Order: sequence, then structure tokens, then C-alpha cells
Amino acid sequence: MKIICNGEEMVAKEGETLEEFILGLQLNPATVVVECDGRIVLRDEYTQITLSEGVVLELIRFVGGG
Amino acid sequence: MLTIAGHIFKSRLLVGTGKFASAEVMCRAIDASGSEIVTVALRRVDLGDPADDIMQVLDRSRYVFLPNTSGARDAHEAVRLARMARASGGGEWLKLEVTPDPRTLLPDPVETLRATEILVAEGFKVLPYINADPILALKLQEVGAAAVMPLGSPIGTNQGLLTRFQVEIIIEQARVPVIVDAGLGLPSHAAEAMEIGADAVLVNTAIAGAGDPVRMARAFAQAVEAGRAAFEAGAGRRQSRAAASSPESGLGFLR
Amino acid sequence: MPSRIESGDPAGLTYFLVPEQEFLAPDFAVLQELVYGPGHKPVPELLNQDRLTIADLALLLSPAATAFLPAMAARAAAITNRRFGLAIQIYAPLYLSSYCGNRCQYCGFSAENSIPRRVLTMAEAEAEADILAARGFSHLLLVSGEAPAKLGVDYLVDLASSLRTRFASISIEVQPLNEEDYRRLYQAGIVSVAVYQETYDPAVYSQVHLAGPKTNMTNRLAVPARVAAAGMREVGIGALLGLADWRLEGLALGMHLAWLRHRYWRTGVSVSFPRLRPAAGGFAPLVEVGERELAQLLFALRIFDHDVGLVLSTREEARFRDGMIGLGPTRYSAGSCTAPGGYGDPGVDGEQFAIGDQRTVGEVCAAIRARGHDPILKDWDVTFQDMAGGAQIPV
Repeated sequence: MKIICNGEEMVAKEGETLEEFILGLQLNPATVVVECDGRIVLRDEYTQITLSEGVVLELIRFVGGG
Repeated sequence: MLTIAGHIFKSRLLVGTGKFASAEVMCRAIDASGSEIVTVALRRVDLGDPADDIMQVLDRSRYVFLPNTSGARDAHEAVRLARMARASGGGEWLKLEVTPDPRTLLPDPVETLRATEILVAEGFKVLPYINADPILALKLQEVGAAAVMPLGSPIGTNQGLLTRFQVEIIIEQARVPVIVDAGLGLPSHAAEAMEIGADAVLVNTAIAGAGDPVRMARAFAQAVEAGRAAFEAGAGRRQSRAAASSPESGLGFLR
Repeated sequence: MPSRIESGDPAGLTYFLVPEQEFLAPDFAVLQELVYGPGHKPVPELLNQDRLTIADLALLLSPAATAFLPAMAARAAAITNRRFGLAIQIYAPLYLSSYCGNRCQYCGFSAENSIPRRVLTMAEAEAEADILAARGFSHLLLVSGEAPAKLGVDYLVDLASSLRTRFASISIEVQPLNEEDYRRLYQAGIVSVAVYQETYDPAVYSQVHLAGPKTNMTNRLAVPARVAAAGMREVGIGALLGLADWRLEGLALGMHLAWLRHRYWRTGVSVSFPRLRPAAGGFAPLVEVGERELAQLLFALRIFDHDVGLVLSTREEARFRDGMIGLGPTRYSAGSCTAPGGYGDPGVDGEQFAIGDQRTVGEVCAAIRARGHDPILKDWDVTFQDMAGGAQIPV
């Protein structure tokens, strides 16, 4: 199914959890902040949230900055 | 000792993590600086380069991470970034940066004050980055900022303490730590800020962009220590430029 | 501006100036050490600094500084000129009531003194004010003894509301009030409040204050902060010279001033220098404070704080007041009478203190002009005053 992630159209598996999706991107869920349809998701919820068609995700993390 | 929001720090040098040539140099430079507080920014994950993760490189147990809201152009965006920063876990520290003009990266005083009010109410330890405006600094303290961070000169310009006169006023009037941030290009600039009584300084560009960032970081650390020691030793106050050429007033009228 | 309190602070003075607390009575033993202990730098160096610490102020008040009085005068003159130009603001006190519930050994209004007591009716107060207005005054200081039953907030609100049409600014020096009262008074047109600690030395304080609410020193100490919190534009503080050691009082005044500046940065501050003179009770000053001492105190505070208002009343003699023009003071009273009803009836009895400078306002203004300065009879206007609120949040 299609979802939007960081402004791009991407494909996610049916019934995939947020956690699985993040891991699938080779990312470490512990260091990623997620906004799901504009709402910040708490880290403990990653395994409980199942992605649905057309969901808008923002994956944010710390980067170097002053 | 530097005390911010009830936390005590030995080092009065804060460093930024941006603009380093490599993660490895960044780590060694931060190590050499002796800093206990490092700033980080928040950005979208680069899905094409998932391994580029600063959190794998910096030991979260060694440093207090001070997320900044760089990129925010108004209070709304800053608050959103702040909440994201908090969601990453590890405390409510926040360097509030609201910079609507991408060319100068100068901070918006109105939006910064608004955002500070909102974020303090949400429990953040807000360290707002501001132009060296003494009245703004007072108002931010009134609404609960944990420190104030007046700029020495605009971000990345390395011009030093151009705002010295106003920063002196801010320091005089401050009830919270004053951390001079932005524009400090040389260790002598950092020393100057400390000599006039700043509680700490934040340096990024001058270290990251140096030929040898590790040595430069150490130089800044030494300068901060020297400046603070001079201040505590009671450095001679700036001599008044007003020429004392008025003749000594006649006091013959006194009985 | 006084420099940052925490800097290079060997005497641990930050204890007295912790912002979250109230202003605490300074420890006179510490003040003693600061003033009479070994100096940490030569006095001439201090005269070149733009910012002074509390320890620096102590030096300016010390015996060592007395030798530098002319240089201190010159420095004070330069600062005053830069900040205030040539302006000397002129005001008149209007005594409304000589009733007082306190027994203060040094004061003519002390409760046990048999002087004729009087409180002016509204009409009488207005008549007195009319006389002052006709003489050209635009700034009034309403003064009373401390007797709420005889003269309370309602009276002051009514009087202020009436007088503000004729006077640019009205200040008060009455019994301590609560914050709500001060806010009411601000909205009625009162612009500043004077409340003098009399002495910052607890031992002396309890010695000279024998009965009445004023015996509570802690309460007294808290009033200026309340005035500022209520949104008054200015608060006046002061110590009665002749009670405790004037050098230590001066230092305590400086600390109180610095604390108020820090905590209530929007509020102006002025310092007055009432010096004990003959009064009905016949009280002899506990310590001698001569004109040279008063001058040193005044210069020291001017050098310490470039902005503070410095008030010299008619307690002092004409010669002294004239000589001090340009050296620091920013505000002079003139033609004063300290007995209620005294402007309409100059023979009336029951004054608070004897007048040193008995000249008329015209003569005082002429003397000021003769010394190249500007007597300012009107320095404010009631239309500038925001009647809606004004209460501020302390930092």
C-alpha cells in the first residue's frame, strides 16, 4: 500500500507496524522521532501502530547543528 | 560552576556539532573541548543514507544534548520542533532558535518570546537564542527562560563580540545564566565574553571550520577558562572613556 | 548601573541579594568589614570605572575615600551632567496630617510628643494645594504621619483624583500600604511612593522605634518592593542620617537600591538623605553626620548608580544646597512647610522638622539658575500615566 514518508511516496506492507517500517529502512528506531499524520508518536508506540493506506509520516532525527 | 536549570556543569564551553568535516573529527574536537553540553539540530532523516546517525557517534551518557530549533521561522514551527526533540527522549533541554531570515539567520524577537512562553508552560528548559537586546532578555527571564543566549555577531560570521556593550548590560541585569552564542570566531573572542562576565559561550563554526578542529577546540577551552578566571579575579573594569578633564569642583561651601 | 552582584564577590554578598527572596537586612558586621577593612583597590581607580560592585561602593564610603572628596565630586558631577543634564526637579511637600501611631524617638510627630495634631479636611488640603499651585509648583509630595484611621487610602484616592488636574505628578510619603492599595493609588494618579527604612541596622532600629507598627523592621524593609510590584513609576528609599554609622547605612542603601533595580527593572528609584535636625522631642543624633559626610555619601551613590534620583530637601541649609547643585542631586524641595496647614497659616505649630533652607521657590530657582542649572517645575504630565493597570511581574 502507498504511504507518504518524508514527502515521498513509498510502499509499505499491509499490516506493517511503524517499528517494522523503520527497521526496514535500515534505521534505528531508538534514534528516530516520528510524526504520524502530524502527531508525534511516542517511542513505545512504534510497535503498536499499524500503518494504513495514505498515512503521512515524518521521520526526524538529530543531526549536527550549532 | 555553571548552573543552568538546576544542573551543574564544570565546563563553560558549549559546542555545536554542525559543519564538521567528519563524525570522527567532530568527536575528537568535542572531546578536546571538555564540553558537557552539545547542540544538535533536527532534520528529516536522509532515507538515502540511513547510517548517517549522529546518535551512533556521540555518547548520550557523556553529554547533555541541547537540541536546537534551527530552521524554525516562527513560534509554531519552533514549538513543533521542540516537541519532536523531546520525543527523542533525554530531557527537556532546548535551544530555541527562530530565524525567519535564512540569509542572516538573525533571531526573531517576537516569535522567540511567544515560543518561550509556550514551551516553558510545557515544561521545557528553554535557552533562547536572541539578538543582544537587554529588554528582550529581561522579558524572557520573566516568562521563565532557563538562560539567555545573546549573539556576539551573526551566526557563522566569526566577527567576535560586536555586541559587547549590550551584552554587558544583559549580564548586569540577568537573573539566569548568560551564554554568548554565535559569531565567536577566535579564542580571544570567547575570552572577552567570559571576561565581561558571561556565564558560558557556545562555539560551533570557529571550531568545525578550523584547519585543525581538535586543536582549536582545546584553544577555546583554554580561552574560556582564562577569561572566567580573569573575571573572578576581578578584572579591571573598562575604563571610562569620558576624559576626567573637568576641574575639581570647589567644595569650599562645605561646613 | 551597579555591576553584576555575583561577580568577584568575596564577601558573599549575594546572600542579601538572592532575587527570589525579599530584600533581607544586610549583616552590619559584613558591611563593617567592607567599609573599614583593607581596601581592595585605590579610590582613584574606582572613579574611572563605569560599573561598580557593592565592594567598590564600600570603598567610596570608607574613611580612605574622604581624602578624595574633590575628585569624587568631580566624577559625580560628570555622571550627573551626562545623565541628567542641568535639570534639577522642584517639588513641594504638602503635609496632610500630623497624627501618628508610632513612637519614633527622632521624629517631631512621635506619638508621645505633645504637639497640636491635625489632619486636613479635603477642602483644607485643596486650599493648601492651591497656594502651592499659585507659587508655580507642579510636583507635590503628600506627607502624613502613620495613622490609617485619620488618613487612609480613600482619602488619598479622592485627593489625588482632584489634584491631578492641577499638578503634573503627585507622590506620597505615608504609612505603608498593601499592594492593592498602591495599585488603587496609581490609578488615581499617584506616580511614586517614598518609604524610608530610617535605619538598616536592626539594633539601632529597635532602639529608636519604641511603639507602633513601625517597630516591625522586616515589614518596613519589604515595602519598597511592594510599591514597585504595584506598578508605581518610582519608589523613594532613604535612611535617616544620624542613627547608625552613616557609611554602613550608605552601603545598605546601595544594596537596597541595587536589589530593587534587579528585581523591578521598570521602576525608577530615588534616594533621600534626611539628616537629623532639631525636632519637638529634642532627640540628639546618635552619630554625628556633618555636611562633608553627607556630601561623600551623595557622591558615592551617584558614582555607584548613574541613574538614581538623589533628593535634597529643605532640611539642609541654603548654602549647602546651593553648593551641591550639579554634584549629584536631581531633586530639590523649596519653600517647604512641614506642619499641616502651614502654607495658608505660616504661624501654625506642629512641624515635623525645622527647616534649614527657608527660601521661597523663586529664590531657590534663581539660585539654581545662577549656578548654570535648570530648575524644572514640570517634568511629567498626568496624561502620560496609564490608568488601566501598571502592575508588573517581578523577575
